[in-house]
Amino acid sequence: MKILVVDDFSTMRRIVKNLLRDLGFTNTVEADDGKTALPILEAGGIDFLVTDWNMPGMTGIDLLKAVRANPNLVELPVLMVTAEAKREQIIMAAQAGVNGYVIKPFTAATLKEKIEKIFERIDG
Amino acid sequence: MTNDLRLALAKDLVIALEQGNETEADKLLDQIAVQKESQLFQEVGKLTRQLHDSMAGFSLDSKITTMTENDIPDAKERLQYVITMTEQAANETLTSVEGLLIVSNTLNDKAAELSTKWERFLDREMPFEEFKSMSEELTKYFHESKASLLEVKSGLNDILMAQGFQDITGQIIKRVIDLVQDLEVSMVELIRISGDSKKPGNAPVKEPSLPGPVVPGVDDKVGDVANNQDDVDDLLSSLGF
Repeated sequence: MKILVVDDFSTMRRIVKNLLRDLGFTNTVEADDGKTALPILEAGGIDFLVTDWNMPGMTGIDLLKAVRANPNLVELPVLMVTAEAKREQIIMAAQAGVNGYVIKPFTAATLKEKIEKIFERIDG
Repeated sequence: MTNDLRLALAKDLVIALEQGNETEADKLLDQIAVQKESQLFQEVGKLTRQLHDSMAGFSLDSKITTMTENDIPDAKERLQYVITMTEQAANETLTSVEGLLIVSNTLNDKAAELSTKWERFLDREMPFEEFKSMSEELTKYFHESKASLLEVKSGLNDILMAQGFQDITGQIIKRVIDLVQDLEVSMVELIRISGDSKKPGNAPVKEPSLPGPVVPGVDDKVGDVANNQDDVDDLLSSLGF
């Protein structure tokens, strides 16, 4: 299980990486916005994408749309972890095909629950 | 121009006209017009003086110029510093935690291993030779855990110290809030002076396309935001998630 963590704040990437490690996911890669994330995803081998929304260069929602538009990535599970909390934004992410939505600040328990839920649905 | 003076001039004018004294009549008419004009100029002069005084007083009181030139760029830098400080504190804390997790995992693994052996010893299933080696392992473990726990203590202390950013950033942010308040007072004064035709609040600041973190009491007034994860989950489940 290889996970790509995308956030423009390195501290947030570290927090997410540490929480993932605690959940048993040790194989993680990082990117600081959609622009750097997309080539990593297109190169293949990523099983799960955790992304922020508000990032310079290319936002998380645009990254999500690009992922869903790519036949090779259309099934990739995507979890959005963001401070964006407007209802219309959450609906927009849902319509773009996000698999889970966590708002910052979040707890380790919330992240764990959402990740488990995503994998339950995929396995089931 | 007083009424008496006007009346006197008017009477003189009537007499001059009745007598057919054209020169005198023209002179009197000019006199009336001059009186009238000088009064108008006096009024305009008075208004100009008032305007000048209030503008001068305003720029002295308001500090708006200083604020725009110095305080606002200054506040921007302060807030930038808040970002730097909080990032630094988060990194220090994360570095400590990453180190401590390794230490605690090592201690935990070793304790689990020794506890299994100890159970076997209690159940009298352990040959004497193995007991001897277990005793050595236990002694070694006690020494190691002592050193490890010192490491944990120092790491926890680092995390504790890193939280010092809260005090500093809190003070910086308070200063910026004070500046914003001063600016608000000056802006209200400016709006008052420039007339009531444009009431403040008519043109709200346009909301950014990505509003970011919800600040309680500021961003949650309209009710179009999710205040917590439960709100998000409810909304998503209503969409069939």
